[in-house]
Amino acid sequence: MPGLIAYGAHVPYHRLARADVAATLGTPPGRGTRAVAGYDEDTTSMAVEAARAALTRDGLRSRVGQLFLATAAPAYLDKTNATAVHAALRLDEHVLAVDMAGSVRSGLGALVTAARSAVPTLAVLSDLRTGLPGGNDEIAGGDGAAAFVFGGHRNGAPVIAELLAHDTVSDEILERWRLPGARTSRVWEERFAEDIYVSLADKALSAALDQAGLDRAAIDHLVVSGLHARACTAVRRAAGARPEAVTPDLTATIGNAGTAQPGLLLADVLDRAAPGETIALVVLGDGAGVLLLRTTDALPAHRAARPVAAQIAAGSAPMPYATYLTWRGLLDREPPRRPDPEPPYAPPAHRRTAWKYGFVAARCEKCGTRQLPPDRVCASCRSVDAMTDEPMEQVRGTVATFTVDRLAHTPSPPMLVVVVDYDGGGRFRCQLTDATEADAVIGARVEMTFRRTVTAAGVHNYFWKARPVRPAENVEGGETAV
Amino acid sequence: MSSHGIRDRVAIVGMGCTPFGEHWTRSADDLLVDAVGDAVTSAGVTLDDIDAFWFGTQASGVSGLTLSRALRLPCKPVTRVENMCATGSEALRNACYAVASGAYDVAMAVGVEKLKDSGMSGLSGTAIPGAGDDSRGEITAPANFSLLAPAYAAKYGLSDEEMKDVITRIAWKNHVNGARNPRAQFRKEVPLERIRSAPIIAGMLGVFDCSGVSDGSAAAIVVRAEDAYKYTDKPVFVKALSFVAGPADGLLDPQYDFTTFPEVVASAQEAYRQAGITDPRAELALAEVHDCFTPTELVLMEDLGFAERGQAWKDVSSGAFDLDGSLPVNPDGGLKAFGHPIGASGLRMMFEAWLQLRGEAPPERTVKSVAEGRSLALTHNLGGGPGECVSFVSVVGSELTD
Repeated sequence: MPGLIAYGAHVPYHRLARADVAATLGTPPGRGTRAVAGYDEDTTSMAVEAARAALTRDGLRSRVGQLFLATAAPAYLDKTNATAVHAALRLDEHVLAVDMAGSVRSGLGALVTAARSAVPTLAVLSDLRTGLPGGNDEIAGGDGAAAFVFGGHRNGAPVIAELLAHDTVSDEILERWRLPGARTSRVWEERFAEDIYVSLADKALSAALDQAGLDRAAIDHLVVSGLHARACTAVRRAAGARPEAVTPDLTATIGNAGTAQPGLLLADVLDRAAPGETIALVVLGDGAGVLLLRTTDALPAHRAARPVAAQIAAGSAPMPYATYLTWRGLLDREPPRRPDPEPPYAPPAHRRTAWKYGFVAARCEKCGTRQLPPDRVCASCRSVDAMTDEPMEQVRGTVATFTVDRLAHTPSPPMLVVVVDYDGGGRFRCQLTDATEADAVIGARVEMTFRRTVTAAGVHNYFWKARPVRPAENVEGGETAV
Repeated sequence: MSSHGIRDRVAIVGMGCTPFGEHWTRSADDLLVDAVGDAVTSAGVTLDDIDAFWFGTQASGVSGLTLSRALRLPCKPVTRVENMCATGSEALRNACYAVASGAYDVAMAVGVEKLKDSGMSGLSGTAIPGAGDDSRGEITAPANFSLLAPAYAAKYGLSDEEMKDVITRIAWKNHVNGARNPRAQFRKEVPLERIRSAPIIAGMLGVFDCSGVSDGSAAAIVVRAEDAYKYTDKPVFVKALSFVAGPADGLLDPQYDFTTFPEVVASAQEAYRQAGITDPRAELALAEVHDCFTPTELVLMEDLGFAERGQAWKDVSSGAFDLDGSLPVNPDGGLKAFGHPIGASGLRMMFEAWLQLRGEAPPERTVKSVAEGRSLALTHNLGGGPGECVSFVSVVGSELTD
């Protein structure tokens, strides 16, 4: 039986209050908050975090046969971003990893392609939405990522939601667009596309329901996603589903994450849906797409480790708007009087891919000492070339000592630095992120997260940082090794 | 294998040291020409009398040409050495061994650094690809050494306020000493409260907890001990030279607790063995130690055997290491007030030992211990940071051991 076998979501820790935007710019007051990717996050790093959340089950990573990364805000052009995700997940080198990048609709594309694939496929949807200061895209936008593994028909993995049917309609429509290199998108007058989208959604939904032999009353969860807010509202109203089946979007708390929004909304529904329920996911944008899923008895035991609602609840107190603008490059701030950061060098970064992207340390075969980073000579017994790989991304640790570096070059000073002693041995000094100075204390519990540490000379430097273990998200990941 | 030491086999017979500070109008070449000139004058020789040179700089030049070009040396052996902030000491150590080996009669060690031309705050370091995967991330020197403070406070039960009081007093003491030193970068005493309330740089460290970023140069002339009195009535004999590069496992090993530098302990014990010292606090007349940041000096008091483990903070508070204390530490102001031009600092420390043991320090900061009969001085110089560092310890004395 084809269907969904795993899912996970990443909602960034930071929040921006719309009221603060209005207060700063003197615009009409807004309500609620939006999620903001950290200064050290981009669509690639968020994709890694979402995929990690999806792939906690033992053995799942080794089943994945291909990986699609969908984003409208790729970290690189020309260079594949999915390969960084592939490296961070330590997937087999024969796993196809490609981007579906550029349009918001690529999220739907990745989902449908994964659902149709003959091999278990990981679709990661990641987006980072930016608009001009005070504009609707900035205020209504959001950042985040979600990941889904479709498969199960070949290898017996438990299916948590069967794919009942899907359909897409495509329409060339000048409704939202952005020239390459432009920072923000442009939209046509909103009412123009509203009726068109209602019609397109109806076609796709009807086709999918017909395939499945269902009527609209059979829908238990209607999820409508798209950047055209008016059209989404209209489709929710016109879709003919039972009123209680219509799920709210999450824009009040985390905004609309564009490419990733259908993924985040679907993950949120899967977090709470009961077995045997029918989910209709409707995605608007340059046409419409529909996936019809029915949850199985396996769902309750295989939900994502970090529910979307818990991640929303664990979000930070709202950050200052000026900080948001700085992180997004919309406010050019005075740099510290320090040398410019160095970019990573390509050959050593490639030699050390397992460490740099996968956070794979070493364990000495002779004395059992764990060592981060991996080196040829054991720091304890000095045995040479007697190391085995020791994946560390799921291992938590405790802060041994710390500092707050107010002089260091960082997009968000001050830099928090912790020395982490890992459960089961090993120590590493790294940055602490998604945290305040109050979180940097001896004895604090931390977990690892994949981040973009800095962009220097046009090169993104990806590496792992520690972040505080937060009570609302305190769910132990299961997988420790692949 | 064993380390034999070269106690009393070589002597320093001439030294020079420029004022340290912001030398906007002078280059590294200017500074080392001055330090070298003062050193040869001090020894009553000319550059032609120097057989070989060891030249230390971290980032203000590469190769022996940096020295030979500036001095227009006529085809002499010049070796450039580098060991981070212990570079100056490393130059001296190599020059001493070269003379002790019999390879040369007269050797010179020169250190120089020009930091202020960079326009950067603090040490900017050099671009070293290292592992190149850039997984360590940048951490500035003050942040690196600030890791000591919370660890020390937690281990020995000090509150943050008590810990801040202790490191504040170290800065205050070194400023008091620097104020009495015409060559020091900072020549003003600074009230405790001003130090304590200064803007924070990293962790618990304010600007006054950090050594001075400065330009400067220092030089020493080394000869065989038996030749020393041909050059000066007051040679300073080398009793011990000890240098270690640690295994750099403190950032890997959860056993390391950030309240000590094992490398310093190892190099100090070796130096005391070479020099025949059993009670450094009682036997030394003074110590010049690597107070790059105030918590460093606190930890060094224990690592160098000047205080019991967990007790140095009390000795600091009671003034044991003040200019008039039982063991004056950094009577010249230290890195804190004298300044820290990387490649020159190790030789600057030796310059203070040279002045004090010869009774040539200005009266207002002359240590009493020499007049009271102590004749040994220690210099300690380290590079790196907690968990991974290099450490140098020397002991020198104004008298030959019988």
